[in-house]
Amino acid sequence: MMPAIEICNVAKRYGALQALAGISLDITPGEFFGLLGPNGAGKTTLISIIAGLARADAGSVRIMGADVVTDYRRARRLLGVVPQELVFDPFFSVRETLRFQSGYFGLRRNDDWIDEILQHLDLSAKAGTNMRALSGGMKRRVLVAQALVHKPPVIVLDEPTAGVDVELRQGLWQFIRRLNRAGHTIVLTTHYLEEAEQLCSRIAMLKAGCIVALDSTRNLLARFSGMQLKLRLDRAALPEDPGVTVLAADGERFTLRLRDYAALESLLHRLRELGVQIQEFELAPPDLEEVFLRLTGNAPAAAEPRT
Amino acid sequence: MSGFAMLLYKELLRFWRVAFQTVAAPVLTALLYLVVFGQTLEGRVRVYDEASYSAFLLPGLVMMSVLQNAFANSSSSLIQSKITGNVIFLLLPPISYLEFFAAYLLASMARGLVVGLAVLGVSTPLVALPLAAPLWALAFALLGSAILGAMGVIAGIWADKFDQLAAFQNFVIMPLTFLSGVFYSIHSLPAFWQELSHLNPFFYMIDGFRYGFFGRSDFAPAASLAVVGASFVVLSAAALLLLRSGYKLRG
Repeated sequence: MMPAIEICNVAKRYGALQALAGISLDITPGEFFGLLGPNGAGKTTLISIIAGLARADAGSVRIMGADVVTDYRRARRLLGVVPQELVFDPFFSVRETLRFQSGYFGLRRNDDWIDEILQHLDLSAKAGTNMRALSGGMKRRVLVAQALVHKPPVIVLDEPTAGVDVELRQGLWQFIRRLNRAGHTIVLTTHYLEEAEQLCSRIAMLKAGCIVALDSTRNLLARFSGMQLKLRLDRAALPEDPGVTVLAADGERFTLRLRDYAALESLLHRLRELGVQIQEFELAPPDLEEVFLRLTGNAPAAAEPRT
Repeated sequence: MSGFAMLLYKELLRFWRVAFQTVAAPVLTALLYLVVFGQTLEGRVRVYDEASYSAFLLPGLVMMSVLQNAFANSSSSLIQSKITGNVIFLLLPPISYLEFFAAYLLASMARGLVVGLAVLGVSTPLVALPLAAPLWALAFALLGSAILGAMGVIAGIWADKFDQLAAFQNFVIMPLTFLSGVFYSIHSLPAFWQELSHLNPFFYMIDGFRYGFFGRSDFAPAASLAVVGASFVVLSAAALLLLRSGYKLRG
Protein backbone atom coordinates (compact mmCIF):
# COMPACT_ATOMS: atom_id res chain seq x y z
CA MET A 1 0.00 0.00 0.00
CA MET A 2 1.24 3.50 -0.81
CA PRO A 3 2.21 5.31 2.40
CA ALA A 4 0.17 8.36 3.41
CA ILE A 5 3.45 10.09 4.16
CA GLU A 6 6.77 8.76 2.97
CA ILE A 7 9.79 10.40 4.55
CA CYS A 8 13.05 9.37 2.98
CA ASN A 9 16.47 10.31 4.44
CA VAL A 10 15.39 13.85 5.26
CA ALA A 11 18.14 16.07 6.62
CA LYS A 12 18.01 19.72 7.56
CA ARG A 13 20.64 21.98 9.05
CA TYR A 14 20.18 25.48 10.49
CA GLY A 15 23.69 26.93 10.68
CA ALA A 16 25.57 24.80 13.20
CA LEU A 17 22.42 23.01 14.34
CA GLN A 18 21.63 19.67 12.74
CA ALA A 19 17.85 19.87 13.10
CA LEU A 20 17.20 16.60 11.27
CA ALA A 21 19.91 14.02 10.68
CA GLY A 22 18.58 11.86 7.85
CA ILE A 23 15.17 10.66 8.97
CA SER A 24 13.20 7.93 7.20
CA LEU A 25 9.66 7.10 8.16
CA ASP A 26 6.53 5.74 6.49
CA ILE A 27 3.10 6.63 7.79
CA THR A 28 0.33 4.25 6.72
CA PRO A 29 -3.05 5.48 5.44
CA GLY A 30 -5.61 5.58 8.23
CA GLU A 31 -3.03 5.69 10.98
CA PHE A 32 -3.17 7.91 14.05
CA PHE A 33 0.50 8.63 14.34
CA GLY A 34 2.32 10.42 17.14
CA LEU A 35 5.54 12.38 16.79
CA LEU A 36 7.06 12.89 20.21
CA GLY A 37 10.24 14.43 21.47
CA PRO A 38 11.66 17.09 23.74
CA ASN A 39 11.83 20.72 22.63
CA GLY A 40 14.28 21.16 19.80
CA ALA A 41 14.17 17.48 18.78
CA GLY A 42 13.16 18.43 15.24
CA LYS A 43 9.41 17.75 15.30
CA THR A 44 8.35 21.11 13.93
CA THR A 45 11.19 21.13 11.38
CA LEU A 46 10.01 17.76 10.08
CA ILE A 47 6.42 18.96 9.87
CA SER A 48 7.54 22.14 8.09
CA ILE A 49 9.33 20.05 5.48
CA ILE A 50 6.28 17.80 5.05
CA ALA A 51 4.10 20.90 4.59
CA GLY A 52 6.50 22.63 2.20
CA LEU A 53 7.12 25.45 4.68
CA ALA A 54 10.80 24.57 4.78
CA ARG A 55 13.05 22.80 2.32
CA ALA A 56 15.07 19.75 3.22
CA ASP A 57 18.81 19.90 2.57
CA ALA A 58 18.64 16.26 1.52
CA GLY A 59 16.06 13.52 1.13
CA SER A 60 12.46 13.62 -0.02
CA VAL A 61 8.93 13.60 1.31
CA ARG A 62 5.87 12.28 -0.54
CA ILE A 63 2.25 12.70 0.43
CA MET A 64 0.30 9.73 -0.98
CA GLY A 65 2.93 9.47 -3.66
CA ALA A 66 3.14 13.20 -4.48
CA ASP A 67 6.56 14.73 -3.88
CA VAL A 68 6.23 17.88 -1.76
CA VAL A 69 8.73 19.78 -3.94
CA THR A 70 8.35 18.53 -7.51
CA ASP A 71 4.61 17.77 -7.29
CA TYR A 72 3.75 20.36 -4.66
CA ARG A 73 0.31 21.23 -6.00
CA ARG A 74 -0.97 17.69 -5.60
CA ALA A 75 0.92 17.15 -2.33
CA ARG A 76 -0.57 20.28 -0.76
CA ARG A 77 -4.10 19.37 -1.80
CA LEU A 78 -3.68 16.04 -0.02
CA LEU A 79 -2.41 17.61 3.18
CA GLY A 80 -4.06 19.69 5.91
CA VAL A 81 -1.79 21.35 8.45
CA VAL A 82 -2.72 22.85 11.81
CA PRO A 83 0.22 25.07 12.72
CA GLN A 84 1.58 25.38 16.23
CA GLU A 85 1.41 29.16 16.46
CA LEU A 86 -1.94 30.78 17.08
CA VAL A 87 -2.03 32.82 13.88
CA PHE A 88 -4.93 34.60 12.21
CA ASP A 89 -5.73 37.44 9.82
CA PRO A 90 -7.23 40.28 11.87
CA PHE A 91 -8.95 41.80 8.84
CA PHE A 92 -11.55 39.08 8.42
CA SER A 93 -14.34 37.11 10.09
CA VAL A 94 -14.32 33.36 10.77
CA ARG A 95 -16.40 32.57 7.68
CA GLU A 96 -14.32 34.87 5.47
CA THR A 97 -11.15 33.24 6.76
CA LEU A 98 -12.50 29.82 5.79
CA ARG A 99 -13.77 31.04 2.42
CA PHE A 100 -10.38 32.51 1.61
CA GLN A 101 -8.64 29.32 2.64
CA SER A 102 -11.04 27.33 0.42
CA GLY A 103 -10.34 29.70 -2.45
CA TYR A 104 -6.57 29.30 -2.06
CA PHE A 105 -7.17 25.60 -2.68
CA GLY A 106 -9.24 26.41 -5.74
CA LEU A 107 -12.62 25.67 -4.11
CA ARG A 108 -15.20 28.26 -4.93
CA ARG A 109 -18.52 27.21 -3.41
CA ASN A 110 -17.53 25.49 -0.24
CA ASP A 111 -20.09 26.88 2.21
CA ASP A 112 -21.87 23.57 2.84
CA TRP A 113 -18.65 21.98 3.99
CA ILE A 114 -17.60 25.13 5.86
CA ASP A 115 -20.92 25.05 7.75
CA GLU A 116 -20.35 21.42 8.60
CA ILE A 117 -16.85 22.04 9.97
CA LEU A 118 -18.08 25.05 11.92
CA GLN A 119 -20.80 22.94 13.47
CA HIS A 120 -18.46 20.09 14.39
CA LEU A 121 -16.03 22.52 15.97
CA ASP A 122 -18.82 24.33 17.79
CA LEU A 123 -18.08 27.57 15.94
CA SER A 124 -21.37 28.12 14.10
CA ALA A 125 -22.39 30.96 16.41
CA LYS A 126 -19.08 32.73 15.72
CA ALA A 127 -19.12 32.48 11.92
CA GLY A 128 -19.62 36.23 11.49
CA THR A 129 -17.27 37.29 14.27
CA ASN A 130 -13.99 39.01 13.46
CA MET A 131 -10.98 36.82 14.22
CA ARG A 132 -9.61 39.42 16.64
CA ALA A 133 -12.64 39.04 18.89
CA LEU A 134 -12.21 35.28 19.44
CA SER A 135 -10.70 33.66 22.50
CA GLY A 136 -7.48 31.67 22.16
CA GLY A 137 -9.32 28.37 22.21
CA MET A 138 -11.66 29.48 19.46
CA LYS A 139 -8.80 30.75 17.33
CA ARG A 140 -7.25 27.31 17.73
CA ARG A 141 -10.46 25.71 16.48
CA VAL A 142 -10.51 28.02 13.47
CA LEU A 143 -6.96 26.85 12.69
CA VAL A 144 -8.24 23.28 12.70
CA ALA A 145 -11.14 24.32 10.47
CA GLN A 146 -8.74 26.05 8.06
CA ALA A 147 -6.73 22.86 7.74
CA LEU A 148 -9.88 20.94 6.77
CA VAL A 149 -11.49 23.22 4.14
CA HIS A 150 -10.13 21.16 1.25
CA LYS A 151 -11.00 17.78 2.86
CA PRO A 152 -7.42 16.54 2.95
CA PRO A 153 -6.94 12.78 3.46
CA VAL A 154 -3.80 13.45 5.52
CA ILE A 155 -3.93 15.84 8.47
CA VAL A 156 -0.94 17.05 10.46
CA LEU A 157 -1.43 18.75 13.80
CA ASP A 158 1.55 20.46 15.40
CA GLU A 159 0.89 20.73 19.15
CA PRO A 160 -2.81 21.39 18.59
CA THR A 161 -3.76 21.45 22.25
CA ALA A 162 -1.02 23.79 23.46
CA GLY A 163 -2.67 26.39 25.65
CA VAL A 164 -6.14 24.92 25.19
CA ASP A 165 -8.33 24.26 28.21
CA VAL A 166 -9.26 20.72 29.20
CA GLU A 167 -12.86 20.81 28.04
CA LEU A 168 -11.93 22.10 24.61
CA ARG A 169 -9.09 19.62 24.36
CA GLN A 170 -11.54 16.75 24.87
CA GLY A 171 -13.90 18.15 22.25
CA LEU A 172 -11.07 18.65 19.81
CA TRP A 173 -9.84 15.08 20.26
CA GLN A 174 -13.31 13.71 19.82
CA PHE A 175 -13.49 15.52 16.50
CA ILE A 176 -10.02 14.41 15.37
CA ARG A 177 -10.82 10.83 16.36
CA ARG A 178 -13.95 10.97 14.27
CA LEU A 179 -11.90 12.19 11.30
CA ASN A 180 -9.53 9.31 11.87
CA ARG A 181 -12.38 6.80 11.97
CA ALA A 182 -13.70 8.31 8.73
CA GLY A 183 -10.40 7.29 7.12
CA HIS A 184 -8.20 10.36 7.52
CA THR A 185 -4.58 9.77 8.37
CA ILE A 186 -3.64 11.83 11.42
CA VAL A 187 -0.14 12.87 12.42
CA LEU A 188 0.18 14.60 15.73
CA THR A 189 3.00 16.17 17.66
CA THR A 190 2.37 16.73 21.29
CA HIS A 191 4.02 17.39 24.59
CA TYR A 192 1.23 15.67 26.46
CA LEU A 193 2.36 12.09 26.71
CA GLU A 194 -0.95 10.84 28.05
CA GLU A 195 -2.55 12.38 24.97
CA ALA A 196 -0.28 10.41 22.64
CA GLU A 197 -0.83 7.30 24.73
CA GLN A 198 -4.60 7.58 24.42
CA LEU A 199 -4.84 8.58 20.79
CA CYS A 200 -1.93 7.29 18.77
CA SER A 201 -1.66 3.76 17.47
CA ARG A 202 1.97 4.26 16.53
CA ILE A 203 4.64 6.59 17.82
CA ALA A 204 8.01 7.91 16.69
CA MET A 205 10.22 9.50 19.30
CA LEU A 206 12.69 12.09 18.12
CA LYS A 207 15.81 13.25 19.85
CA ALA A 208 18.36 15.67 18.43
CA GLY A 209 17.10 15.14 14.88
CA CYS A 210 17.11 11.33 15.02
CA ILE A 211 14.34 8.79 15.51
CA VAL A 212 15.18 6.95 18.74
CA ALA A 213 12.05 4.79 18.78
CA LEU A 214 9.44 3.84 16.23
CA ASP A 215 6.83 1.29 17.16
CA SER A 216 3.19 0.75 18.00
CA THR A 217 2.21 2.52 21.20
CA ARG A 218 1.44 -0.85 22.82
CA ASN A 219 4.85 -2.33 21.96
CA LEU A 220 6.68 0.77 23.10
CA LEU A 221 4.92 0.62 26.43
CA ALA A 222 5.50 -3.10 26.79
CA ARG A 223 9.11 -3.00 25.71
CA PHE A 224 10.40 -0.06 27.62
CA SER A 225 8.13 0.46 30.52
CA GLY A 226 6.37 -2.37 32.31
CA MET A 227 3.90 -1.99 35.14
CA GLN A 228 4.58 -1.25 38.72
CA LEU A 229 2.78 -3.40 41.27
CA LYS A 230 2.48 -2.75 45.01
CA LEU A 231 1.48 -5.76 47.09
CA ARG A 232 0.85 -6.59 50.73
CA LEU A 233 0.74 -10.32 51.39
CA ASP A 234 -0.36 -12.17 54.52
CA ARG A 235 3.25 -13.31 55.01
CA ALA A 236 6.69 -12.43 53.61
CA ALA A 237 6.76 -15.15 50.99
CA LEU A 238 7.16 -13.90 47.44
CA PRO A 239 7.74 -16.57 44.81
CA GLU A 240 10.39 -15.93 42.15
CA ASP A 241 9.23 -15.21 38.63
CA PRO A 242 11.31 -14.32 35.54
CA GLY A 243 8.89 -11.54 34.59
CA VAL A 244 9.00 -9.89 38.00
CA THR A 245 11.67 -7.60 39.40
CA VAL A 246 11.58 -6.70 43.09
CA LEU A 247 12.11 -2.97 43.46
CA ALA A 248 11.55 -2.83 47.22
CA ALA A 249 10.68 -5.32 49.94
CA ASP A 250 9.64 -4.44 53.47
CA GLY A 251 8.37 -7.47 55.42
CA GLU A 252 5.18 -8.53 53.69
CA ARG A 253 5.09 -5.37 51.56
CA PHE A 254 6.58 -5.50 48.08
CA THR A 255 7.03 -3.07 45.23
CA LEU A 256 7.51 -4.97 41.99
CA ARG A 257 8.07 -4.27 38.33
CA LEU A 258 6.17 -6.53 35.98
CA ARG A 259 7.44 -7.05 32.47
CA ASP A 260 3.93 -7.39 31.07
CA TYR A 261 0.43 -8.57 31.90
CA ALA A 262 1.50 -12.20 31.41
CA ALA A 263 3.96 -11.77 34.26
CA LEU A 264 1.08 -10.64 36.45
CA GLU A 265 -0.90 -13.78 35.68
CA SER A 266 2.08 -16.00 36.32
CA LEU A 267 2.78 -14.27 39.65
CA LEU A 268 -0.83 -14.59 40.79
CA HIS A 269 -0.79 -18.25 39.83
CA ARG A 270 2.34 -18.95 41.90
CA LEU A 271 0.92 -17.08 44.88
CA ARG A 272 -2.20 -19.22 44.70
CA GLU A 273 -0.10 -22.38 44.49
CA LEU A 274 1.77 -21.33 47.66
CA GLY A 275 -1.53 -20.49 49.35
CA VAL A 276 -0.39 -16.91 49.96
CA GLN A 277 -3.22 -14.42 50.41
CA ILE A 278 -3.09 -10.90 48.94
CA GLN A 279 -4.06 -8.22 51.46
CA GLU A 280 -3.51 -5.10 49.33
CA PHE A 281 -3.04 -4.73 45.60
CA GLU A 282 -2.20 -1.61 43.59
CA LEU A 283 -1.29 -1.73 39.89
CA ALA A 284 0.15 1.29 38.05
CA PRO A 285 -0.32 0.83 34.29
CA PRO A 286 2.48 1.31 31.77
CA ASP A 287 3.43 4.89 31.33
CA LEU A 288 4.64 6.51 28.15
CA GLU A 289 6.31 9.18 30.20
CA GLU A 290 8.73 6.61 31.48
CA VAL A 291 9.44 5.32 27.98
CA PHE A 292 10.05 8.87 26.94
CA LEU A 293 12.41 9.49 29.83
CA ARG A 294 14.41 6.38 29.17
CA LEU A 295 14.73 6.97 25.46
CA THR A 296 15.46 10.65 25.42
CA GLY A 297 17.18 11.02 28.74
CA ASN A 298 15.19 14.20 29.18
CA ALA A 299 12.54 15.20 31.61
CA PRO A 300 9.31 15.08 29.61
CA ALA A 301 8.28 18.49 28.45
CA ALA A 302 4.82 18.00 29.93
CA ALA A 303 6.37 18.86 33.26
CA GLU A 304 7.55 22.21 31.92
CA PRO A 305 5.42 25.30 31.68
CA ARG A 306 3.70 25.28 28.35
CA THR A 307 3.79 28.13 25.94
CA MET B 1 -11.53 29.82 -9.13
CA SER B 2 -7.80 29.47 -8.72
CA GLY B 3 -5.76 30.24 -5.64
CA PHE B 4 -4.40 33.25 -7.50
CA ALA B 5 -7.84 34.80 -8.00
CA MET B 6 -8.71 34.33 -4.32
CA LEU B 7 -5.41 35.81 -3.17
CA LEU B 8 -5.91 38.80 -5.46
CA TYR B 9 -9.45 39.27 -4.14
CA LYS B 10 -8.21 39.01 -0.55
CA GLU B 11 -5.49 41.59 -1.20
CA LEU B 12 -7.96 43.98 -2.80
CA LEU B 13 -10.40 43.55 0.06
CA ARG B 14 -7.63 44.06 2.58
CA PHE B 15 -6.94 47.64 1.51
CA TRP B 16 -10.51 48.42 0.55
CA ARG B 17 -11.76 47.51 4.04
CA VAL B 18 -9.56 50.26 5.45
CA ALA B 19 -9.98 52.65 2.52
CA PHE B 20 -10.11 55.64 4.84
CA GLN B 21 -6.51 54.99 5.71
CA THR B 22 -5.30 53.49 2.41
CA VAL B 23 -7.12 55.71 -0.10
CA ALA B 24 -8.63 58.79 1.56
CA ALA B 25 -5.51 59.68 3.58
CA PRO B 26 -3.07 59.74 0.63
CA VAL B 27 -5.59 61.70 -1.44
CA LEU B 28 -5.74 64.33 1.30
CA THR B 29 -1.92 64.44 1.47
CA ALA B 30 -1.67 65.00 -2.28
CA LEU B 31 -4.30 67.73 -2.10
CA LEU B 32 -2.38 69.50 0.66
CA TYR B 33 0.75 69.44 -1.51
CA LEU B 34 -1.23 70.80 -4.41
CA VAL B 35 -2.82 73.62 -2.43
CA VAL B 36 0.27 74.65 -0.45
CA PHE B 37 2.91 74.33 -3.20
CA GLY B 38 0.50 75.44 -5.89
CA GLN B 39 -0.45 78.58 -4.00
CA THR B 40 3.04 79.57 -2.82
CA LEU B 41 4.87 78.82 -6.07
CA GLU B 42 2.19 79.91 -8.54
CA GLY B 43 3.65 82.77 -10.57
CA ARG B 44 7.17 82.26 -9.16
CA VAL B 45 7.83 79.06 -11.04
CA ARG B 46 6.91 78.83 -14.67
CA VAL B 47 7.75 75.53 -16.28
CA TYR B 48 5.58 75.64 -19.37
CA ASP B 49 4.48 78.91 -20.93
CA GLU B 50 0.99 77.68 -21.65
CA ALA B 51 0.27 76.01 -18.31
CA SER B 52 0.04 77.19 -14.72
CA TYR B 53 2.46 75.82 -12.11
CA SER B 54 -0.43 73.99 -10.41
CA ALA B 55 -1.26 72.28 -13.70
CA PHE B 56 2.39 71.26 -14.08
CA LEU B 57 2.47 70.03 -10.48
CA LEU B 58 -0.74 67.99 -10.51
CA PRO B 59 0.35 65.07 -12.77
CA GLY B 60 3.53 64.81 -10.70
CA LEU B 61 1.47 64.55 -7.51
CA VAL B 62 -0.88 62.03 -9.09
CA MET B 63 2.02 59.85 -10.16
CA MET B 64 3.73 60.26 -6.77
CA SER B 65 0.53 59.02 -5.10
CA VAL B 66 0.29 56.10 -7.50
CA LEU B 67 3.89 55.08 -6.82
CA GLN B 68 3.87 55.47 -3.05
CA ASN B 69 0.59 53.64 -2.58
CA ALA B 70 1.52 50.80 -4.91
CA PHE B 71 4.66 50.32 -2.85
CA ALA B 72 2.84 50.64 0.45
CA ASN B 73 0.26 48.02 -0.47
CA SER B 74 2.40 44.98 -1.23
CA SER B 75 5.13 45.84 1.27
CA SER B 76 2.85 46.45 4.24
CA SER B 77 0.60 43.49 3.47
CA LEU B 78 3.55 41.13 3.24
CA ILE B 79 5.31 42.34 6.35
CA GLN B 80 2.09 42.24 8.35
CA SER B 81 1.49 38.67 7.25
CA LYS B 82 5.05 37.74 8.10
CA ILE B 83 5.02 39.39 11.52
CA THR B 84 1.60 38.05 12.53
CA GLY B 85 2.55 34.68 11.03
CA ASN B 86 -0.58 34.33 8.91
CA VAL B 87 1.55 34.21 5.76
CA ILE B 88 1.50 30.46 6.50
CA PHE B 89 -2.06 30.32 5.13
CA LEU B 90 -0.66 31.36 1.75
CA LEU B 91 2.29 28.99 1.91
CA LEU B 92 0.31 25.83 2.65
CA PRO B 93 -2.07 25.92 -0.36
CA PRO B 94 -1.02 25.00 -3.90
CA ILE B 95 -0.24 28.57 -4.99
CA SER B 96 2.82 28.93 -7.24
CA TYR B 97 5.35 31.68 -6.64
CA LEU B 98 4.29 33.25 -9.94
CA GLU B 99 0.63 33.39 -8.84
CA PHE B 100 1.71 34.73 -5.44
CA PHE B 101 3.70 37.53 -7.10
CA ALA B 102 0.99 38.35 -9.64
CA ALA B 103 -1.70 38.66 -6.96
CA TYR B 104 0.34 41.04 -4.80
CA LEU B 105 1.45 43.00 -7.86
CA LEU B 106 -2.05 43.49 -9.27
CA ALA B 107 -3.51 44.48 -5.89
CA SER B 108 -0.71 47.04 -5.49
CA MET B 109 -1.37 48.44 -8.94
CA ALA B 110 -5.07 48.64 -8.16
CA ARG B 111 -4.49 50.60 -4.96
CA GLY B 112 -1.98 52.93 -6.66
CA LEU B 113 -4.31 53.59 -9.57
CA VAL B 114 -7.39 54.08 -7.38
CA VAL B 115 -5.53 56.66 -5.27
CA GLY B 116 -4.10 58.33 -8.40
CA LEU B 117 -7.52 58.55 -10.02
CA ALA B 118 -9.03 59.93 -6.82
CA VAL B 119 -6.34 62.64 -6.60
CA LEU B 120 -6.97 63.51 -10.23
CA GLY B 121 -10.74 63.48 -9.78
CA VAL B 122 -10.75 65.66 -6.68
CA SER B 123 -8.30 68.19 -8.17
CA THR B 124 -9.88 68.56 -11.58
CA PRO B 125 -12.29 71.29 -10.43
CA LEU B 126 -9.34 73.20 -8.94
CA VAL B 127 -6.83 72.97 -11.76
CA ALA B 128 -7.31 73.19 -15.51
CA LEU B 129 -5.35 70.28 -16.89
CA PRO B 130 -5.02 69.34 -20.56
CA LEU B 131 -5.03 65.68 -21.62
CA ALA B 132 -2.95 65.50 -24.78
CA ALA B 133 -2.08 61.80 -24.92
CA PRO B 134 -4.11 59.79 -22.41
CA LEU B 135 -2.76 56.43 -23.56
CA TRP B 136 0.77 57.50 -22.71
CA ALA B 137 -0.39 58.61 -19.28
CA LEU B 138 -2.14 55.28 -18.77
CA ALA B 139 0.90 53.30 -19.90
CA PHE B 140 3.17 55.11 -17.44
CA ALA B 141 0.66 54.84 -14.61
CA LEU B 142 0.33 51.08 -15.17
CA LEU B 143 4.06 50.46 -15.46
CA GLY B 144 4.93 52.83 -12.61
CA SER B 145 2.49 51.19 -10.22
CA ALA B 146 3.75 47.77 -11.32
CA ILE B 147 7.36 48.73 -10.63
CA LEU B 148 6.56 50.00 -7.16
CA GLY B 149 4.33 47.01 -6.49
CA ALA B 150 7.25 44.73 -7.35
CA MET B 151 9.58 46.83 -5.17
CA GLY B 152 7.06 46.48 -2.36
CA VAL B 153 7.09 42.69 -2.75
CA ILE B 154 10.89 42.69 -2.54
CA ALA B 155 10.95 45.02 0.47
CA GLY B 156 8.15 43.11 2.19
CA ILE B 157 10.00 39.82 1.80
CA TRP B 158 13.34 41.27 2.84
CA ALA B 159 12.24 43.31 5.89
CA ASP B 160 11.83 41.49 9.19
CA LYS B 161 10.54 44.50 11.10
CA PHE B 162 8.36 47.50 10.42
CA ASP B 163 11.25 49.93 11.00
CA GLN B 164 13.30 48.22 8.29
CA LEU B 165 10.42 48.76 5.93
CA ALA B 166 10.10 52.38 7.07
CA ALA B 167 13.83 52.84 6.39
CA PHE B 168 13.36 51.48 2.88
CA GLN B 169 10.49 53.88 2.39
CA ASN B 170 12.28 56.91 3.86
CA PHE B 171 15.73 56.36 2.42
CA VAL B 172 14.91 54.86 -0.97
CA ILE B 173 11.36 55.55 -2.08
CA MET B 174 10.94 59.11 -0.74
CA PRO B 175 14.27 60.53 -2.06
CA LEU B 176 13.79 58.88 -5.45
CA THR B 177 10.26 60.32 -5.65
CA PHE B 178 11.14 63.83 -4.51
CA LEU B 179 14.21 64.03 -6.77
CA SER B 180 12.31 62.82 -9.80
CA GLY B 181 10.82 66.10 -10.93
CA VAL B 182 7.44 65.97 -9.24
CA PHE B 183 7.77 69.59 -8.13
CA TYR B 184 10.04 70.98 -10.86
CA SER B 185 11.32 70.35 -14.35
CA ILE B 186 14.81 68.92 -14.23
CA HIS B 187 15.75 71.52 -16.87
CA SER B 188 15.67 74.03 -14.06
CA LEU B 189 18.47 72.12 -12.30
CA PRO B 190 22.24 72.65 -12.70
CA ALA B 191 23.82 70.32 -15.28
CA PHE B 192 25.24 67.93 -12.69
CA TRP B 193 21.89 67.35 -11.01
CA GLN B 194 20.22 67.01 -14.37
CA GLU B 195 22.63 64.21 -15.22
CA LEU B 196 22.07 62.59 -11.88
CA SER B 197 18.31 62.73 -12.34
CA HIS B 198 18.70 60.69 -15.49
CA LEU B 199 19.90 57.80 -13.31
CA ASN B 200 16.66 57.89 -11.31
CA PRO B 201 14.06 55.56 -12.83
CA PHE B 202 11.32 57.54 -11.07
CA PHE B 203 12.20 60.54 -13.22
CA TYR B 204 11.16 58.65 -16.36
CA MET B 205 7.87 57.57 -14.79
CA ILE B 206 6.94 61.12 -13.77
CA ASP B 207 8.21 62.69 -16.97
CA GLY B 208 6.47 60.15 -19.20
CA PHE B 209 3.23 60.42 -17.24
CA ARG B 210 3.32 64.20 -17.58
CA TYR B 211 3.76 63.81 -21.34
CA GLY B 212 0.32 62.22 -21.38
CA PHE B 213 -1.18 65.51 -20.20
CA PHE B 214 0.93 68.19 -21.90
CA GLY B 215 2.21 66.32 -24.94
CA ARG B 216 5.70 67.49 -24.04
CA SER B 217 8.35 66.27 -21.66
CA ASP B 218 12.02 66.57 -20.69
CA PHE B 219 12.79 63.22 -22.27
CA ALA B 220 11.31 61.46 -25.30
CA PRO B 221 8.32 59.42 -24.02
CA ALA B 222 9.17 56.29 -26.01
CA ALA B 223 12.67 56.29 -24.52
CA SER B 224 11.19 56.83 -21.03
CA LEU B 225 8.80 53.97 -21.60
CA ALA B 226 11.72 51.73 -22.55
CA VAL B 227 13.59 52.66 -19.36
CA VAL B 228 10.48 52.14 -17.23
CA GLY B 229 9.64 48.87 -18.96
CA ALA B 230 13.18 47.58 -18.46
CA SER B 231 13.04 48.58 -14.78
CA PHE B 232 9.84 46.60 -14.41
CA VAL B 233 11.35 43.52 -16.01
CA VAL B 234 14.44 43.68 -13.79
CA LEU B 235 12.50 44.23 -10.55
CA SER B 236 9.92 41.56 -11.34
CA ALA B 237 12.67 39.09 -12.13
CA ALA B 238 14.33 39.92 -8.81
CA ALA B 239 11.07 39.51 -6.89
CA LEU B 240 10.31 36.21 -8.64
CA LEU B 241 13.78 34.87 -7.94
CA LEU B 242 13.36 35.72 -4.26
CA LEU B 243 9.97 34.04 -4.14
CA ARG B 244 11.17 30.97 -6.01
CA SER B 245 14.10 30.53 -3.64
CA GLY B 246 11.73 30.75 -0.68
CA TYR B 247 13.95 33.47 0.82
CA LYS B 248 12.67 34.36 4.30
CA LEU B 249 9.31 32.74 3.54
CA ARG B 250 10.10 29.04 3.36
CA GLY B 251 12.86 28.48 5.93
